[in-house]
Amino acid sequence: MAGHSHDAHHDPDLAHHFESADQQFQSAKLGMWIFLATEILFFGGLFVAYSVYRSNHPEIFIYGHHFLDKGLGALNTVVLIFSSFTIAWAVRAAQLRQIKLLKLLLVATIACAFVFLGVKYVEYSTKWKHGLLWASKYDPHVEDHGEAPHGGEDEAHGAAEMSAETAPSEGNGGAAAATTAAGSAGTEAGAEIDSGTQETPGTPETSPAGEERSNIPVAAEGPGGLAADDGTADHDEVGDEPRKAQIFFSIYFLMTGLHGIHVIGGIVAMLWLLRCAFRGDFDGGHFTRVDMVALYWHVVDLIWIYLFLLLYLIH
Amino acid sequence: MAVDTLTVNGAVGVDHDHRESYLTTGHGILSWLFTLDHKRIGVMYLVAILTSFFLGGVFALLVRTELLTPGQTIMTADAYNKMFTLHGAVMIFLFIIPGIPAALGNFVLPLMLGAKDVALPRLNLTSFWFWMIGAVFSLVSIIVGAVDTGWTFYTPYSTTTSTAVISMTLGVFILGFSSIFTGLNFIVTIHKMRPEGMTWFKMPLFLWGLYSTAIIQVLATPVLGITLLLLIAERALGVGIFDPTLGGDPVLYQHFFWFYSHPAVYIMILPAMGIMSELMSVFSHKHIFGYRFIAWSSIAIAIFSFLVWGHHMFTSGQSGLTNMIFSALTFSVAIPSAVKVFNWLATMYKGSIELAAPMLYALSFLFLFAIGGLTGLFLGALSTDVHLHDTYFVVAHFHYVMFGGTVIAFLGGLHYWWPKMFGRMYSERWAQLAALLVFVGFNLTFFTQFVMGSHGMPRRYYNYLEEFTRFHQASTVGSYVLGLGFFIMAGYLIHSLFRGERASANPWGAATLEWETSSPPPANNFDRELIAGDPYDLESLRYEPAIKGWVRKDPTSIVAAEGGAT
Repeated sequence: MAGHSHDAHHDPDLAHHFESADQQFQSAKLGMWIFLATEILFFGGLFVAYSVYRSNHPEIFIYGHHFLDKGLGALNTVVLIFSSFTIAWAVRAAQLRQIKLLKLLLVATIACAFVFLGVKYVEYSTKWKHGLLWASKYDPHVEDHGEAPHGGEDEAHGAAEMSAETAPSEGNGGAAAATTAAGSAGTEAGAEIDSGTQETPGTPETSPAGEERSNIPVAAEGPGGLAADDGTADHDEVGDEPRKAQIFFSIYFLMTGLHGIHVIGGIVAMLWLLRCAFRGDFDGGHFTRVDMVALYWHVVDLIWIYLFLLLYLIH
Repeated sequence: MAVDTLTVNGAVGVDHDHRESYLTTGHGILSWLFTLDHKRIGVMYLVAILTSFFLGGVFALLVRTELLTPGQTIMTADAYNKMFTLHGAVMIFLFIIPGIPAALGNFVLPLMLGAKDVALPRLNLTSFWFWMIGAVFSLVSIIVGAVDTGWTFYTPYSTTTSTAVISMTLGVFILGFSSIFTGLNFIVTIHKMRPEGMTWFKMPLFLWGLYSTAIIQVLATPVLGITLLLLIAERALGVGIFDPTLGGDPVLYQHFFWFYSHPAVYIMILPAMGIMSELMSVFSHKHIFGYRFIAWSSIAIAIFSFLVWGHHMFTSGQSGLTNMIFSALTFSVAIPSAVKVFNWLATMYKGSIELAAPMLYALSFLFLFAIGGLTGLFLGALSTDVHLHDTYFVVAHFHYVMFGGTVIAFLGGLHYWWPKMFGRMYSERWAQLAALLVFVGFNLTFFTQFVMGSHGMPRRYYNYLEEFTRFHQASTVGSYVLGLGFFIMAGYLIHSLFRGERASANPWGAATLEWETSSPPPANNFDRELIAGDPYDLESLRYEPAIKGWVRKDPTSIVAAEGGAT
């Protein structure tokens, strides 16, 4: 007991309920690692969603990834890895009480984070311009791609496409409209499987039925649907748009969006560190906070590396 | 903050009077709302979750009243759907998940460790604030149209209904963070702040319960978080992950949801089992039987909990093989659960059983949890599940485990630690009456539902066939008896706060460290450094009639040598 108050008098950084600075540091570190585990699991849900859709519909990932800019993705990867280096160095600087260097490195890391977000902004705006958005807003109008399926066989498609753009839908806004688009775009292969009929779909009379069928949950089709899709989906280059291509962009925006939010969170945390540094909090060599934020930032980087591999670099 | 507590620390040394305690060291509402003291946070949580319990209970009574007669009794079908959804969501997310860990656990855990606080007090306060914000979002949903999806928010209905799903799920999302922070804090505290002498296998079993709960909270809750975020994105933006009209898969939602929500039922029951271990030993005045088995079975349950989510989806079109595996894994949960029950029984054997109010709840738990657990096997078996799926049988099973298990143990814990929390004894006679009413009312309410369910009465239905009327009416009457029991409980507990007899430091004769400090404890918890011995060595205590409490036969045995602290 006497020991506590004794220590506390001497070390203003030691909270009253800890016995030693080391115990306090170890507690913070364990807490941070557990928090990072929850972060991984948080993203884990999206990775599972990715795996489920990729294994059930590989063709939409093959198709979709052609619309992502590998160059910009690689640039962002490099930027983030570099920022990981600067923040790791910042921890070292804090440990050695090189406060000036610490400030500099924090600024560098924050700058990298902003560069990352800037590049992401460029990428997002291109997608936005081309209508390559998540499912309900998916409305591609890329000049060289995506026209192929529409130009094809009959007017049922055209009609459906029109309704996708104009018709007011009964359900939730654009949702049902996009269904129509998705349903009709995929009539070549998917619809037959759904209904189990051998009929050629796409005649005007069956078109509404086709739309109905697309309401059947994906699970009901299972991977069996893939075999029939093989003919249309196996392309080296960007080919016909496969059914449900919009799901790729949903997953893309969800994963990168959530990651982007974490980058913003990192920026806020590092700005806070910077303020602490200017206030002189680290002058006494109390570097726990820098260490914790750095751990978080490494995880944000790590997740991006996986996103880059899984979304941009698909074969 | 450090300065504050130092002064308090100094004051405690001189003042052993009852009046100086954590309840009196600060004044005004702000000294509570911004406190970092785990005891105050625990008490705030207690008030908050009891309020939620009251709300959820009112919803339940309204649902039961509506079901008195077939067809409309007091509300429309739409209102009924919202009512049972609110009952479920409020009870699960606002009351029972945070219930034992955040309220009782927060208060007791550092005391059991002989520590001054949890490892991360600020995070603890943040957790409470997140709970409050989450609760506001959840309850705002009532004003902006309520939710009628059931507490599971199953897609595709939850993406198409016009009710306030976003507000409710956002609330639950935030509550999830509250739960994660509490769990994280407990893990760190148990790892880093155990006192001298307390090895892992000398921890009180309540701490094992909280520890295994915390593991689940930390590992499962983020998955619920992302699931609800996806659901919100689905409704707000139409991302199409779960929405079949956009190419998504609604069954994926069920997998995600149950990957959290099955472990979540163990978040609810594991700390309850921890309380049971304390109560069984203390009120049998006998060393706990099979300590290591009880401790390990908590961890085993935590691990199994992640592997059985598919048993909620036997009828969702999973493959037969998947169903079989999930069914087998589900059965294996019965093993660690039974290990606990048998050890508790063996603890009572040849003990000197004292039928005080907490023990009455502990005995109720044994009886009700046994029924709840065994009926779980009916539902885990593939052939019977198809028949019983979505009937009142499931409702009854769930309530036997969650109410008969968790809530009953929570009440036992509340009565057990009440003197420690507030320094007052409640009226034992009224407490026994309330315990009896709760037990009778509970069985009347839910046993009839087993019968109804096995006869084919589907759950969540607004209307029903004439032949079920008498079952429904018996069940509703039971719920009123239950309500009366809680009404009486509220009465004598509130009364005790003002008029109750002063409690001694150790009124029950327990050997865990929280009873080594005054009731209620000082702000700094202990005025001396303790070392931990065997937490169930009840022989080391003797009853002292003068103070109506138990004292150590050798008071020096648990005090750390001066200056010997590491």
